[in-house]
Amino acid sequence: MEVFLQQLINGITLGSIYGLIAIGYTMVFGIIGMVNFAHGDVFMVAAFVALVAFLILTTWLGVSSVAVALFIVLIVAMLFTSLVNWIIERLAYRPLRGSFRLAPLISAIGMSIFLSNFVQVSQGPRNKAIPPMVQGEFVLFTQNDYAVTLSFKQLIIWGVTAVLLVCFWYLVARTRLGRAQRACEQDQRMAALVGVNVDQTISLTFVIAAALAAVAGTMYLMYYGVVSFSDGFVPGVKAFTAAVLGGIGSLPGAVIGGLLIGLIETMWSAYFSIDYKDVAAFSVLAITLIFLPQGLFGRPDVEKV
Amino acid sequence: MAEGATNQRIDTVAALRDAAITTLLAFGLFLPLIGFHTVTNIRNELELDTRWSLLFSIVAVVGVARLAYSFLLAPWLERIKQRPVATTAPAWRASFGKWFVPFCIGFVIVYPIIIIAATGFGGALKWVDNFGIQILIYVMLGWGLNIVVGLAGLLDLGYVAFYAVGAYAYALLAKEFGFSFWILLPLAGVMSSFWGILLGFPVLRLRGDYLAIVTLAFGEIIRIVLVNWVDVTNGYAGISGIPRPSFFGIPFNANEDGFAATFGLEFSPIYRTIFLYYLILALALLTAFVTVRLRRLPVGRAWEALREDEIACRSLGINTTHTKLTAFGMGAMFAGFAGSFFAARQGFISPESFTFLESATILAIVVLGGMGSQIGVAIAAIAMIGGTEIMRELEFLKAIFGESFDPTQYRMLLFGFAMVIIMVLRPRGLISTRAPSVFLKEPKPVPVDLAKQGHG
Repeated sequence: MEVFLQQLINGITLGSIYGLIAIGYTMVFGIIGMVNFAHGDVFMVAAFVALVAFLILTTWLGVSSVAVALFIVLIVAMLFTSLVNWIIERLAYRPLRGSFRLAPLISAIGMSIFLSNFVQVSQGPRNKAIPPMVQGEFVLFTQNDYAVTLSFKQLIIWGVTAVLLVCFWYLVARTRLGRAQRACEQDQRMAALVGVNVDQTISLTFVIAAALAAVAGTMYLMYYGVVSFSDGFVPGVKAFTAAVLGGIGSLPGAVIGGLLIGLIETMWSAYFSIDYKDVAAFSVLAITLIFLPQGLFGRPDVEKV
Repeated sequence: MAEGATNQRIDTVAALRDAAITTLLAFGLFLPLIGFHTVTNIRNELELDTRWSLLFSIVAVVGVARLAYSFLLAPWLERIKQRPVATTAPAWRASFGKWFVPFCIGFVIVYPIIIIAATGFGGALKWVDNFGIQILIYVMLGWGLNIVVGLAGLLDLGYVAFYAVGAYAYALLAKEFGFSFWILLPLAGVMSSFWGILLGFPVLRLRGDYLAIVTLAFGEIIRIVLVNWVDVTNGYAGISGIPRPSFFGIPFNANEDGFAATFGLEFSPIYRTIFLYYLILALALLTAFVTVRLRRLPVGRAWEALREDEIACRSLGINTTHTKLTAFGMGAMFAGFAGSFFAARQGFISPESFTFLESATILAIVVLGGMGSQIGVAIAAIAMIGGTEIMRELEFLKAIFGESFDPTQYRMLLFGFAMVIIMVLRPRGLISTRAPSVFLKEPKPVPVDLAKQGHG
């Protein structure tokens, strides 16, 4: 029971990170129908930017307050990653809009290879480890000498994810941009006819996706304290799994899918085999797509002739 | 005249503004990851270095490139666009098309001889091995995947799994039971094919991007199993000491009964390399030949029909289950052949050789070559694999960028970049015309823009 509770806490933390990345997949898929393969690497780039920003703040500027440092790192990572994704969309995906279906996917795979190798070449292939940013934990209760703990960094991840999801929900559900975005999702040509700037809306979708991936990247760096150039691929595929599980195109689905994938992964590691934890996530992906292709909250894809 | 002058001036202003914006964006883009460098110091802590000069030179190059584009490239492209397009292909192109393939096959057959004549026995090893065999493996894999992606239109991102099955099948059976290469080659093909069909079953309902992602998941699962099933596969450490293929029973070694001694030649490792070269060449040509013949059979026509429109295909009474599974099985079989060749050539295999990156590389070769075009796939394989191999050879760059510059680091970086650029410039691949397999009187190449793809 106590192991289960601890894994539940860990799983929700991991799931929050996956959920934030999954929103990026689901939004981009919803609006232009493409699997943005490079999104996992955008997340990794964000973690590196956060790393650089954190080092500048702590070693050069001597910022000692962790809260201030974390806040600034988060903002910097969000701004920079948004710029990166905006440029990627302009250069690699926009010229291929309306082209045949495989073209953007191949372009995205190329971009994914490019981004991870760019980071490898510019920052070196070794793991980058930083001293723990946030220490300390609450001991929830102790049973049979096993203390179930909730660390401060897990609490921060929960809090930041929750606040961002509320902001994000407001943005999509209540603002002009959100309306334009949903309109483009349904019918781009019709949206253009009623005066929505489709190109700009798609660009902004990529910017929002990147900003959320940047939050995930910063949280990842804070939680694990280590990042390497190859850290984008596997979280990327798992977040995509989360998006598919929740029903691709559905925003609450992405978050719930992320939490489920996080829980499945931690529970699998705890009770079965940690070596095969990636197999668990990948199997969920295959099983979902085969038996429940519309996911938990997605609309079924009606085939028209 | 006056109007032209005004246009010119406005262009200049716009070009300068574009260049300024590009420069600013490039600065913002490269500032965190190129301007700053994280290094681990002696106490194992991370520290920051700055690389301002590198940052500013890269940003300057980007700015100048943007200016050059506005002033030189863009007007040139405009002029090309205005030039009248010839409606009939020139006569040389027809004869070129006729002679190109035989010429290429002839060239690859005499390639090792040319190389030995040019560089001698010592220097030839690298050229035949790195450029010949390496490229031909990818040509073969590309042609194999071309059956699945190019002909049947099923996007497969886990193709390397079948390559791995072939390699491990050969390695384990040859080491444990001592079977010869020639027995295991077809056996590895059969095993891979079996796996292709097995993994094909669950994904029959999927198509497009979803199919790609599920096949990716399958490929990764097989790799993770190879890593973790240490009793059989020896995990990350891999399998070494895999028996090498022999020349019809004569081994390639320096012994009395070795190849060199038997034929009265001086021993040299080049004989084995040349033998392997012709072996993979024969396998690759077999793949191409089988594909060409299959395209004329009902099953090949069914594949192409499936690629164009699955619903129409089903309405015509084609069994899409069989069609898809034969495509998966056939494609996987050639990957199995290539895999067992790979294991025999290397003498050592580990899961590191079968990562997702390999699948992406093979898929990139097929798509960049122009899906379905055999020649295009071969050209793309030569360009992508040969191009990255050449990066190893560019020693002179050290003179420009300093001693610590290692061009091989940049191979995959440029590879990814090239994928994006080629897709943006030629989304249909290098060879974007498709030869129809059924025609009235004479074949006319179909521009692929016209042959709209259904769902693949």
